Amino acid sequence: MLFLILRRLAYAAPIALGVSIVCFSLVYLAPGDPLQTVLPADATADVIALVKHEYGFDKPIPVQFGLWLWHVLQGDFGVSIGSRRPVIDEVLGSLRNTLLLTGFAVPIAFAVGYILGAIAGCTPGKWIDRVVTGAAVMGVSVPNYWLGIVMVITFAVELSWLPATGMGPRGSDAFSIFSADDLRYLVMPVFTLSMVPVGIIARSTRAAVAEIRGQDFVTTLRAKGLSEFAVIRHVLKNALPQVLAVMGLQFGYLMGGSILIETVFTWPGSGFLLAKAIINRDIPVLQGAILLLSLVFVATNLVVDLLQTAIDPRIRRA
Amino acid sequence: MPNAPSVRSDKPRRPILHLLAGAVALLGAGLSPARAGGVLTVAMTAGDIPVTTGTPDQGFEGFRFVGWSLYDALVGWDLSKSDQPSDIIPGLATSWSVDPNDHKRWIFKLRQGVKFHDGCTFGADDVVWNYQRITDNKSPQFFTQQFALNRAYMTNVANVEKIDEATVAITTNFVESLFPYTMSYVPMISRCRAEELKYDWNAYAMHPSGTGPYRFDRMIPRERIEFVPNKEYWNPKRVPHQDRMILIPMPEAATRVAALLSGQVNFIEAPPPDSIPRLKAGGMQIITNVYPHNWPFTLNFVKGPFTDIRVRKAANYALNRAEFVELLDGMAIEEYATLPPTMNYYGHPKRYEFNPTRATALLKEAGCYPCAINLAISTSGSGQMQPLPMNDLLKSQMEKVGFKVNFQVMDWNAMLQIFRGGVDQFPDVHGVNGSRALTDPVLAIIKPVGKAYWSPAGSNWGHFYADDTEKLVGEIFNEFDPTKRLTLLTKLHELENDYALMIWVVHDVNPRALSPKVKGFVQAQHWFQDMTPIDVMP
Repeated sequence: MLFLILRRLAYAAPIALGVSIVCFSLVYLAPGDPLQTVLPADATADVIALVKHEYGFDKPIPVQFGLWLWHVLQGDFGVSIGSRRPVIDEVLGSLRNTLLLTGFAVPIAFAVGYILGAIAGCTPGKWIDRVVTGAAVMGVSVPNYWLGIVMVITFAVELSWLPATGMGPRGSDAFSIFSADDLRYLVMPVFTLSMVPVGIIARSTRAAVAEIRGQDFVTTLRAKGLSEFAVIRHVLKNALPQVLAVMGLQFGYLMGGSILIETVFTWPGSGFLLAKAIINRDIPVLQGAILLLSLVFVATNLVVDLLQTAIDPRIRRA
Repeated sequence: MPNAPSVRSDKPRRPILHLLAGAVALLGAGLSPARAGGVLTVAMTAGDIPVTTGTPDQGFEGFRFVGWSLYDALVGWDLSKSDQPSDIIPGLATSWSVDPNDHKRWIFKLRQGVKFHDGCTFGADDVVWNYQRITDNKSPQFFTQQFALNRAYMTNVANVEKIDEATVAITTNFVESLFPYTMSYVPMISRCRAEELKYDWNAYAMHPSGTGPYRFDRMIPRERIEFVPNKEYWNPKRVPHQDRMILIPMPEAATRVAALLSGQVNFIEAPPPDSIPRLKAGGMQIITNVYPHNWPFTLNFVKGPFTDIRVRKAANYALNRAEFVELLDGMAIEEYATLPPTMNYYGHPKRYEFNPTRATALLKEAGCYPCAINLAISTSGSGQMQPLPMNDLLKSQMEKVGFKVNFQVMDWNAMLQIFRGGVDQFPDVHGVNGSRALTDPVLAIIKPVGKAYWSPAGSNWGHFYADDTEKLVGEIFNEFDPTKRLTLLTKLHELENDYALMIWVVHDVNPRALSPKVKGFVQAQHWFQDMTPIDVMP
């Protein structure tokens, strides 16, 4: 097990490096200037040159990347061009906010998706299967930013039941999950964010359950006289590793933060931070956020692998 | 990250005196109109919280909400009226005058008894220190970010010296009678606070101290900044009426509208025109006013079709500006010259009224029919109004008279690169669509024509030059009689229309939407606004 963990962690390093190189290159391929936020629109050439030198943007791009990487290996992610705050503070703060959102969205998405998928998988071709499959397709197909806007119009603007934007009446620093007033700010983003994973997990679970129900060992279980409930319990346990893999990917997706959802609800998470960093070409923030998020993604997959192994020892043997 | 040094509290340190003052104020309250106080929550269009270390970023919106809340400049703006254009007034300087023997030397008399929020007294040393902070890279207080943000205002400053505790002299590089306008953009920050924090500007950003009508209270980076009234503000007429002002960056227009309608904020900037009926139906106040803002195309005078004045005139004749106003649901004014007509140096510029026949004839006469042009436009950006639908309309109108319009569409950041690079770097761009702030005569009509401002050194992007405009700019800078200078400025403005300097489209009317609970806001004809008289009713 330890060897597996170490091996997977070793895989993480080249993945993170590759992601960083690709993202760094993409940022430079896009037109625009990373110093836009600190330079006025009529900045003269001498001012631009001085500020570029101050921020190290006068060096060749590979050198800039190398220096950044060297500093990161020493734990220094640099400072944001716009706010001048340490990137690590900016990214960890936003990850905390996204984690809060995900912490509510993930259990809901997983529980609802798994239960719906299991019901559909156990009743293939029946009306309940069609209803669940239709709902899952709708969950996957409806653009979540559109759903978010519709919810804002309905529940915030028209009915005034829920707040439209932000993270608590006093901002994220004062947010408390023990305050009902603060929790109202979570309702719409959590619901919107969980819609797509619910659909994906429900469809995956349905497919896995339907496939396993047709396997020989299920027939054997029935032949041995097990109750249908006991059979389904075996089926669900066998379907779990496949569904876990999908869940892991979805968790990574949610942790990466949905740029669109966080922008619609002005939720100050990692997606919101990334969107601002992209618009402002805040390269240190962009790099730091992408690197940390890719590590979160890798770590999530590692946890999923370990869970799969624990649930189904055949995977370890393979 | 090292811990930020401890910061002296901004709270009053003499409680007995302040209790007495409070008692007097309470007695006085019975004699003066009641103030509702309340919390004013503003949704800004800015994508982030403007920097708090002096001159803000995020364009003039940063000045409007953060800069002039925390700080003052030597020269201020009269933002108390809505029925006439704003002009400069005494700020931290009570008066200024040019040295009669040396027109490059300006004497500023400083206001006495002004205190920063940290309790330190403002004086001549603070002025010198502040100018070193943004110009002298050998001084310990030099801050590159502030240097960059102030560079445009410092171009003509050669030296700042203290004459006595209440007087400073500023020497300029060249004679410029309009120089005091420049001093209205440079906020004075607290030397005490900066020294206390050992010039840690990140720490200063979280503990700013100025002389402005609001004190900093708290900030959550990228989310919100909160101010409370500076009850000891040197101008008692401008002590804020509210108990607290919260500023939230909210760049998405639809989000701002939803936040206002759901009651999360009570003041939003720039609601989209198509949301106005819904906002009105929700009982919101829609406030507009003419102000010095335009939405033109700045043209290339070095290469391409617009080097021919007939093509420039044709482009102006091609536009049916009433359709733009209709597109914007009335939230704009037809633009026939750089300035809006309310400005006192507007004059009688030649109007290029919609005349498609004349436009086509001019293109044929210029030998440019069809006339292929390459225009840079942005998808959004500071003051850019509704750039995509407006440019769709512009393209359709121009193509009807014989232009063949190719748009280079880009985001605001990329557009800024074109602005800064100028025609030398982007010779194949024939025009750039950028909204302009026309707050003072230099920004409004001198920089677009002066040779000294050719890009990339200045904002004459397309390298316009004409002997008569150049001569007139020289005369304006050397004319210290305001009445005579006004005549010259008017002449320059009219002359720019003779040259069809830009493609003029519309002036913005700066719509804002306010909750019905918000009272007392006076929308000045300016990019800056005074938030202090606002009351928020319970």
